[in-house]
Amino acid sequence: MTDRKWAFEDFAVGVTIDLGEKYVEAAEIIEFASEFDYQPMHLDEEAGRASILGGLSASGWHTCSMFMRMMCDAFLLDSTSQGAPGLDYVRWRKPVLAGDTLHGHSTVTAARKSASRPGLGFVTVRHELANQRGETVLEMQHTGMFLAREVAA
Amino acid sequence: MTTLDEFFRMGETLTLGSHTFTAEEIKAFAARYDPQRFHMDEKEAEASVFGALCASGWHTASTWMKYNLKNREDTAEQPWDGPGPRPEFGPSPGFQNLKWLKPVFAGDTITFTRRATGHRALASRPGWRLLTIVCEAFDGEVKVLEFESAVLVKTG
Repeated sequence: MTDRKWAFEDFAVGVTIDLGEKYVEAAEIIEFASEFDYQPMHLDEEAGRASILGGLSASGWHTCSMFMRMMCDAFLLDSTSQGAPGLDYVRWRKPVLAGDTLHGHSTVTAARKSASRPGLGFVTVRHELANQRGETVLEMQHTGMFLAREVAA
Repeated sequence: MTTLDEFFRMGETLTLGSHTFTAEEIKAFAARYDPQRFHMDEKEAEASVFGALCASGWHTASTWMKYNLKNREDTAEQPWDGPGPRPEFGPSPGFQNLKWLKPVFAGDTITFTRRATGHRALASRPGWRLLTIVCEAFDGEVKVLEFESAVLVKTG
């Protein structure tokens, strides 16, 4: 038995998990972009306004990383996660602007036991982040690996 | 006259650069964005499914972007005498089929590449085209990351 809250059995198709909220600060946008995505619209308010994004906007990679942290805090850290082999898709639907508050949720779309590794299961989850105006800014789907409750150490 | 195919170097695999992932930066990224134990602590990582401290997949993918931009700077002098203004890169609508094929461990030196696979006019945004690219990362000969991405390019 595992003492973790989330094991493979808990991810039934249709289960929706609230990812909570994340306030996006200008300083964090600039800090991430300075390291990984130093394009003007991610570094400077003026340049952002002049771009088609319409303001100082987070790198898409930053949005994904913020999503990851939200997912970690919402359930992943308290789960039997064994990592993820990849993602089906990521859609950056709208710019994430400085001062936005993001709210997320994850919905299980498929779950199956591994044929080759007893006690391991694959869980496909669809994720969405929306801003304070209710506009979807990020859509993503990925498959993660989780240990089943009865075999998890 | 330069064509868009030549400017985008269609079909050619471009090496963007190489990066050595240190334990320190792996932990720093993880502490902020992906605090799972195998990205945060050597001992915990040894006991995990990965067997050693390894980078968050988002850290690896974000580092692809860093070297993609570095390469864009390096080629900023690339000649353009085609029709219309010099193409300008804009934002990306997303990517698909991302695969973290192998963990990137502390001390690994990873080489990033990009290959343009197609471009088309965007009906919804006159003057812009959508360029599709295949993005990869290698540890020596072993592929560790791949994904299919796209980027808006202003050509008119």
